[in-house]
Amino acid sequence: MAIIEVTDLHKKFKDLHVLKGITTNIEQGEVVVIIGPSGSGKSTFLRCLNFLELPTSGEIRFEGNLITHHNLQVVRREMGMVFQRFNLFPHMRVIDNITLAPRLVRKLDPDEAKGQAYALLERVGLSDKANAFPDQLSGGQQQRVAIARALAMRPKVMLFDEPTSALDPEMIGEVLDVMKSLAADGMTMVVVTHEMGFAREVSDRVIFLDDGMLVEENKPDQIFGDPQHPRTKSFLSKIL
Amino acid sequence: MDFQWNLVWDSVPTLLDGAILTLKLTTIAVSIGVVLGTVFGIMRLSRTPLRYLAVGYIDFIRGTPLLVQIFIIYYGMPPFIGTAIPPYIAALIALSINSGAYVAEIVRAGIQSIEKGQTEAALSLGLSSSATMIHIILPQAFKRIIPPLGNEFIALLKDSSLVSAIALEELVRKAQIVAGRTFRPFEVWFVVAIMYLIMTVAVSRIVSILERRLRVGE
Repeated sequence: MAIIEVTDLHKKFKDLHVLKGITTNIEQGEVVVIIGPSGSGKSTFLRCLNFLELPTSGEIRFEGNLITHHNLQVVRREMGMVFQRFNLFPHMRVIDNITLAPRLVRKLDPDEAKGQAYALLERVGLSDKANAFPDQLSGGQQQRVAIARALAMRPKVMLFDEPTSALDPEMIGEVLDVMKSLAADGMTMVVVTHEMGFAREVSDRVIFLDDGMLVEENKPDQIFGDPQHPRTKSFLSKIL
Repeated sequence: MDFQWNLVWDSVPTLLDGAILTLKLTTIAVSIGVVLGTVFGIMRLSRTPLRYLAVGYIDFIRGTPLLVQIFIIYYGMPPFIGTAIPPYIAALIALSINSGAYVAEIVRAGIQSIEKGQTEAALSLGLSSSATMIHIILPQAFKRIIPPLGNEFIALLKDSSLVSAIALEELVRKAQIVAGRTFRPFEVWFVVAIMYLIMTVAVSRIVSILERRLRVGE
């Protein structure tokens, strides 16, 4: 069953037509990687899924329900998001970054929220950083905390917006490893990334966006091994 | 020219009473101003019609002299409310409303200085926009606006001398009385200047200490 259904999604920023009618479904448990040249609308597409950008037209359904302003907050609880620039809350310790939303939104009691946060920190390999402030951590560590923070809401889908693009090369691996283990656990994931190795190895499906349009989507070995569309071929020949 | 400091020395306790009232007025007014300023600063940024109310308030206060605002409260209001307003209360009301408008602009700038990603991260976790404002944006914004809030305190400390015009015996009014009694205007006003200087320097020191303390963990 499709957990997210996107139908004829358009997004305009004033005169700039960024998304020109995208239709696709994200299946339960699927890992979808979105690739494409810069300015192709990859991040905008991802940000439309949880309405951080308001779609200009078209519809997005989550578990069959049309996303509107009325159910937006409820839908967002179910979709974790990881950003390129981490966006940890700098005035809070790591543990408070992770427990804030479960306490405020899920109404978990503080002890329960803490226990869960420690388990998540252990999972991302940062048990010893619970009381650190974000600026005391490396980029890779901050991004792993950001993943733990999103997971603390027990989301049904995780959205990743270029999660390794702001990282030094030696830290990319530690973040990808966490993402791989999430995928292995069956998490539904939509990932915008330039990490073609990750796409090839982990994804169930790759979507190639160019100029605001969904040009091609297929299994990774198909896309990388035998791309059909000339624009996909030309893009992949430049980056591989 | 010879100075007669001894005459003035005797008046120092009187002047100090005035200085204490000046400090008290300013502290209360800026405290109320911070509350007003936070509310109106947020309203100013909202996309609702409330925004225009905030713009009107801020523009009116910042575009008219404080002395005129004091007179409007002290002389202008009583006919409407049917009773005189004591100078102390009128001064507090005028100074608080005045401070609120300036603080609103400071708060607005502080909120706008917080990266958009902070709001996006909070919203993506399912927080409401008011929870985002209270837990994520305002705590960070307030840390950043401590220096301009300190400046606002210092500005109002000095501007509060205008309430001497409604005979409230703060520092300047006391000085007028002492100068009139002693006929030593230079000495009196010099001492008054020093008193203001001590207060403003002390405030800016306290602000920088506070700023340094709060920088931990950012």
